[in-house]
Amino acid sequence: MAKIELTVNGTREAREVEDRTLLVDLLRDHLGLTGTHIGCDTSQCGCCTVHVDGRAVKSCTMLAAQANGATVVTIEGMAKGDQLHPVQQAFTDCHALQCGFCTPGMIMATAALLKDNPQPTDEEIYHGLEGNLCRCTGYINIVKAVKQAAETMK
Amino acid sequence: MFQFSYLKAKSLADAAALAKTNPDAKLMSGGMTLLPTLKQGLAQPSHLIDIGGLSELSGIEVKGDTLIIGAATRHYDVASSAAVKKAIPALAYLASLIGDPQVRNRGTLGGSVANNDPAADYPAAVLALNAKIITNRREIAAEDFFQGMFATALEEGEIIVKIAFPLPKHAAYEKFPHPASGYAMAGVFIAETTSGVRVAVTGAGPGVFRWSDAEAALAKGLKAGVLDKLKVAADDLNEDFHATREYRANLVQVMGKRALQKLVA
Repeated sequence: MAKIELTVNGTREAREVEDRTLLVDLLRDHLGLTGTHIGCDTSQCGCCTVHVDGRAVKSCTMLAAQANGATVVTIEGMAKGDQLHPVQQAFTDCHALQCGFCTPGMIMATAALLKDNPQPTDEEIYHGLEGNLCRCTGYINIVKAVKQAAETMK
Repeated sequence: MFQFSYLKAKSLADAAALAKTNPDAKLMSGGMTLLPTLKQGLAQPSHLIDIGGLSELSGIEVKGDTLIIGAATRHYDVASSAAVKKAIPALAYLASLIGDPQVRNRGTLGGSVANNDPAADYPAAVLALNAKIITNRREIAAEDFFQGMFATALEEGEIIVKIAFPLPKHAAYEKFPHPASGYAMAGVFIAETTSGVRVAVTGAGPGVFRWSDAEAALAKGLKAGVLDKLKVAADDLNEDFHATREYRANLVQVMGKRALQKLVA
């Protein structure tokens, strides 16, 4: 068993889990943070994207043990009370979702992209969201939302 | 996933000792290939020895005419490093094309090179730039390191510590990525080095290889158009449901032309 201590959305958490436990399973099953979705479980779709020490990672392709001591932010940690994060607000305003399953991952990937590149071009948005798939193919509005978020966060 | 034990190495020496005590263990750096492999049941190590966070494997520095990158350096850090962009911009560019942002945030140089996936990007740079692979036991020339599909000169428990890239005069990399995975269907790295022009191809064959016809043609004159009429033999290239070997042969030529255009621009 692995003893894991980490900070999730600003709260210190400690759990003892099997060594093979994935970070996404720690978040969902042990901490009840089911906003992070498991889409493919094969590192393709990016639904499970969270931030580990400030960087976007696929939490289905990282062991919980590898996140020991890390600072993790999930979709639940983005809003401040009732105030949505500008990326969340932009996804809402631009209707950048259809079924919504990929949305938490898209938002986390977008927030990471904008941190690195606050004013991305269309090409840079496509490249920056390459690790996330929307099976409804709602990409046009997703790109719109990224641009709106970039404007708001200027 | 089946059960395994996770071991966090405290140092390079500790990692080597853990590997020795546990012969069925696997070393893990970023885990971007290893974890998906384990999920599919394609490998069943008794232990995973995590070397991803070791300070001995980190760091980027230019020493004289060599760029030295620690094995656990992540693709994102290579792609965004001012030192790499200045020393070998083609290498930073190559790193920026690997997988996707989330993969680049976890995957490492040493992990990619040790795995030697025939469609990985880094082996092309390592071979074309005539880099040295420095392990916890010895130095291995790129020429001797890559030994075909997923095979390398690494011995049991041998760990890549860093890779030393001699600075080229110029270098360029172009690849045609598989649209879903981002792996190279064909990638060509051209380097004008102090010992001549070297051209390495990844993605097209069973392992990274030097394109000797292109090297011979470029030795006569390094200018755009030199590769335009060069035919690539398809016989030894990979064929799978993504592409025929003839298609890959054509891609090698096109990527070679594009890389050359960039190099001479």
